[in-house]
Amino acid sequence: MTNTSAEALVIDGLSKRYGKGRTALMALDGVDLKIGRGQLYGLIGHNGAGKSTLFKLVLGLIEPTAGRITVDGIQVGGRDFRRARQSIGYLPENLVLYDNLSGLETLRFFARLKGAPLAQCGELLDRVGLGSAAHRAVREYSKGMRQRLGFAQALLGAPSLLLLDEPTTGLDPSAIRQFYDQLDQLRQQGVTIVISSHILAELQQRVDRLALLASGTLRAEGTVAELRERSRMPVVFLARGDESTRRQITAALDGQPRLVVRSTEDHLLRIDCPREQKMPVLQQLAAAGLSDLQVMEPTLEDVYFELRETP
Amino acid sequence: MNRWLQPRQIWALATKEFRDRLRNRWVLAVALVFTVFSLVITYFGSAAQGQIGPRSIELTIASLVSLVIYLIPMIALLLGFDAVVGERERGSLDLLLSLPITRLELLLGKYAGLAAALTLSTVAGFAIVAVLLYQRFSTAGLFHYLGFVLSSVLLGLAFLSLAMLLSVLARDRARASGLAIALWFLLVLVFDLALLGVLVASGGAFGGEGFAYLLLLNPADIFRVLNVFSLDDVRRLYGLASIVPPSLGNPWLMGAAMAGWIVAPLALASWRFRP
Repeated sequence: MTNTSAEALVIDGLSKRYGKGRTALMALDGVDLKIGRGQLYGLIGHNGAGKSTLFKLVLGLIEPTAGRITVDGIQVGGRDFRRARQSIGYLPENLVLYDNLSGLETLRFFARLKGAPLAQCGELLDRVGLGSAAHRAVREYSKGMRQRLGFAQALLGAPSLLLLDEPTTGLDPSAIRQFYDQLDQLRQQGVTIVISSHILAELQQRVDRLALLASGTLRAEGTVAELRERSRMPVVFLARGDESTRRQITAALDGQPRLVVRSTEDHLLRIDCPREQKMPVLQQLAAAGLSDLQVMEPTLEDVYFELRETP
Repeated sequence: MNRWLQPRQIWALATKEFRDRLRNRWVLAVALVFTVFSLVITYFGSAAQGQIGPRSIELTIASLVSLVIYLIPMIALLLGFDAVVGERERGSLDLLLSLPITRLELLLGKYAGLAAALTLSTVAGFAIVAVLLYQRFSTAGLFHYLGFVLSSVLLGLAFLSLAMLLSVLARDRARASGLAIALWFLLVLVFDLALLGVLVASGGAFGGEGFAYLLLLNPADIFRVLNVFSLDDVRRLYGLASIVPPSLGNPWLMGAAMAGWIVAPLALASWRFRP
């Protein structure tokens, strides 16, 4: 039965408690998520926030205390668990492969277990740039090569959902760029990709949506722009100029006592503007002839720290 | 149908384990250990009595039993203690279990691959010995020798099954190896001594026929009973033979008991190895 719903991954009231009694730890508490098909979805949170637990639950490695997970409409851990797992590609955070096997043998081993065509192994090695190292033992691979082999492993069987846990660990900048280019191609083919990462700057420009987990609960969910709005963090305007420019700006913003012009250490003028006033303030400054203006949105990292503490 | 065992998955896991042992020359090394030790025992087993060279096939088998009873349990435990806990400690277990396989398939696949490696090395080692001694084999001797090799394989499979259980139970590799050594001491060295101790200390009060059936609690003793107590020439040489009733010498009963020692630890491991 082919699932045609818009959501590739649906998580409904998911909770996971480790242990019992006073020592019990609620690793996830009532998490609801719907991740649309073909999205690049970021999962962010501090260590112990519940990201790895969420991945393990989606993979069926552990059983939930409560809740339900479906991948392409198939319940994880249900009777059709093999189909569910066949449609998932997984790259773990601490990837460990078999040192005594070659790259090609590694992929062939995983392909057999996944029910993927063996002919795909060579193609995937070429795709991740390991074609020339296919017959070399994995023990001779660098960390970046192992990570790329792990990524090829995750792509076996053309999964519709990719779960990537810290996937760029060990990759150099050009490999990171190539990696995200490949994710873009996969996304265009309709593959849903969930990335857990601590490198928020990497995710900021690339993800369609994000979920922020903290202490096992879902603190925020949405696009980067939506999360910025929700954080209510100010937009920062930076202008180059001297004391006369400062007076010019102050005059332009007359009547808005909340907007204070301050000087930064690198001789710029800075205005922290509430988000809801962003457009009127911009218009006022433009009307006053201030065109050399830099608008700085809060970074994902700023938003993360702000929202992480919001209950 | 998805929860049913899929032989394809077990086969994929088993072939990897088996090839790993072939590739790192484990099979070859263990086969050579069996061959060399067996030949040394065969030729010098009677040196204390002033004789050198092969003796009757029954006495040779009795000497080999003494070797195998120490060697095979240790080799099997060393082979299997790491199977699951090693994957868990290295961090590769999650990736394996994220694939469309069940935990039982993982256990059985690993067990099958390791069992094939152990069986091949055991059979190859003793086959070389048989080739070197073939002139001394009568038909009955050959039959006994084949029985000995088969029971050696079963002994290995039973201890390998116990090793898989330890590997599932242990939290880390260090604990698993400690448990494996403790189990070897318990079943290979302590168990018989304890039985004999109880027998002697109680002045034979616990020495009824039922007492002998306690030997079934130890696969090493089942192996001993299968080989030694079925050979009339050597039966009288063993202290414990005096308490073994003839019914316990039935190879089918002993074979079934050994099969139980292969299946039960694996079943327990499977039950314990749940999410």
